[in-house]
Amino acid sequence: MNSTPQPVESASGAAIACENISRSFAGPGVVLDRISFQVKPGEFVALLGPSGSGKSSLLRLVAGLDSADGGRLAIDAAGGALARGFVFQEPTLMPWRSVLRNTTLPLELAGWTRADAQTRAREELRRVRLAEFAGAYPHELSGGMKMRASVARALTTRPNLLLLDEPFAALDEPTRHGLQMQLREIWSALRMTVLFVTHSVTEAVFLADRIIVLSHRPGRIVADERIALAPVRFTDLRTSVEYLNEVRRIGAAMPAAEEAP
Amino acid sequence: MTARARLAAFLPPLLPLIFSIGLAETAVRLQWVPSYLIPAPSEVFRSLLDDRIELGAAAWETLSSALVGLLLSFLAGTLFSVALSSSDLARRAFYPYAVFFQTVPIISIAPLLVIWFGFGRPTVIASAAIVSVFPIIASTLLGLKSTEPALLDLFKLYSATGRQTLWMLRIPFALPQIFSGLRIASGLAVVGAIVGEFIGGGGLGSVVDSARTQQRIDRVFAAVLISSILGLVLVGAVNFVSALSLGHWHASERKPS
Repeated sequence: MNSTPQPVESASGAAIACENISRSFAGPGVVLDRISFQVKPGEFVALLGPSGSGKSSLLRLVAGLDSADGGRLAIDAAGGALARGFVFQEPTLMPWRSVLRNTTLPLELAGWTRADAQTRAREELRRVRLAEFAGAYPHELSGGMKMRASVARALTTRPNLLLLDEPFAALDEPTRHGLQMQLREIWSALRMTVLFVTHSVTEAVFLADRIIVLSHRPGRIVADERIALAPVRFTDLRTSVEYLNEVRRIGAAMPAAEEAP
Repeated sequence: MTARARLAAFLPPLLPLIFSIGLAETAVRLQWVPSYLIPAPSEVFRSLLDDRIELGAAAWETLSSALVGLLLSFLAGTLFSVALSSSDLARRAFYPYAVFFQTVPIISIAPLLVIWFGFGRPTVIASAAIVSVFPIIASTLLGLKSTEPALLDLFKLYSATGRQTLWMLRIPFALPQIFSGLRIASGLAVVGAIVGEFIGGGGLGSVVDSARTQQRIDRVFAAVLISSILGLVLVGAVNFVSALSLGHWHASERKPS
């Protein structure tokens, strides 16, 4: 796969300021405990943590799908309107709509005309290399293709904040690696702010420039590390010494797996 | 489908039919059973042929009443379900009455319908609509309440209005359930129309009723046969529309590849 850096199409990433955010739920109790961090415009940040660390809950708060019990969360789109894109764990495509019509959905909801929405959607489908499948229905696609359609849908609004919740966890390894490269390329081209939730240390190190590590429940920030790797990430990187060193370093910061009760 | 496969598909249900027709014919001819209890199939067939104009007109009347009743129950049932699915309070307040309404036997309220609507069509249509409305409400409500949460999140993320969420997500998502309710309702609408005709007059219901008083059991059987064919026609029509609208995406209607 070719990963030459592409020209930056928009440089409008959103900034996130998160101060003492807490969230509890009736069943599990306190899930997020006084979380504070800041993300600069255009940063690619991975939220890494074991399952149950509240990283998905934190992402839902930033997405506006849920609200915190306490603390302050501010997202600043640098003067422009905030556009969020969200990629869920599952592709969450509507089975009755073609790939193209799934991709146009956010624009249709925003009141775009069908023709304009389709022009933009085709552009994003080309970006994720799914243009030939615009007319296909979700059940005709492989898992990786469905996820690419889901990424294209998140890109149609040209988000300045892209949120991804373990999007590649259910895919086989080669597909996952391919999509990681693609995502990194997309970020290089568009430079939006990215928050990527994952429980995989190798995935976080390969993708992100900065990794925030959360503890077991209740989720607290236990590490906030910069990744010292070149901005362009090639497949060869996965076997390089510097990558493996970073994986070891971040892995050491990751909380040990909990014993089963 | 090859001729052989077609035969394999149709032969199993056809064999018992041929056997029972043959048995009935033999039983009546040899006077094992009196012909005023069970008519010879050949008599039923003759009655179908001789009275075809009258039976055809009656069948059309029943079918059109059942169709209008089904359409009314579909509209009312769907609107009611959309209203109930949008508010938990409304659902808790009204759904028990919908269930209660369904347990009232139509035959016991049919005389009331005559009092309210008089003899003739309106009573028949009301009877068809009342009998067929509950499966539509139950299935549509189930479909509207079971929208995938992640898709609801997606719509929320893009600040979709309630109307957008209803038309672009919840109704399409509920379509398979709506069709399965409609399938049950379409058979019931014919039953409701005939019950209505017993009391309100007209259609196959009247044919059965008058043939019974004239002891024309062959005509009773002919009318019963036609009424079950009407039910099949309605269910078939619903299946056709369902295949048209779900065929390209829903597993229940997808052709095995």
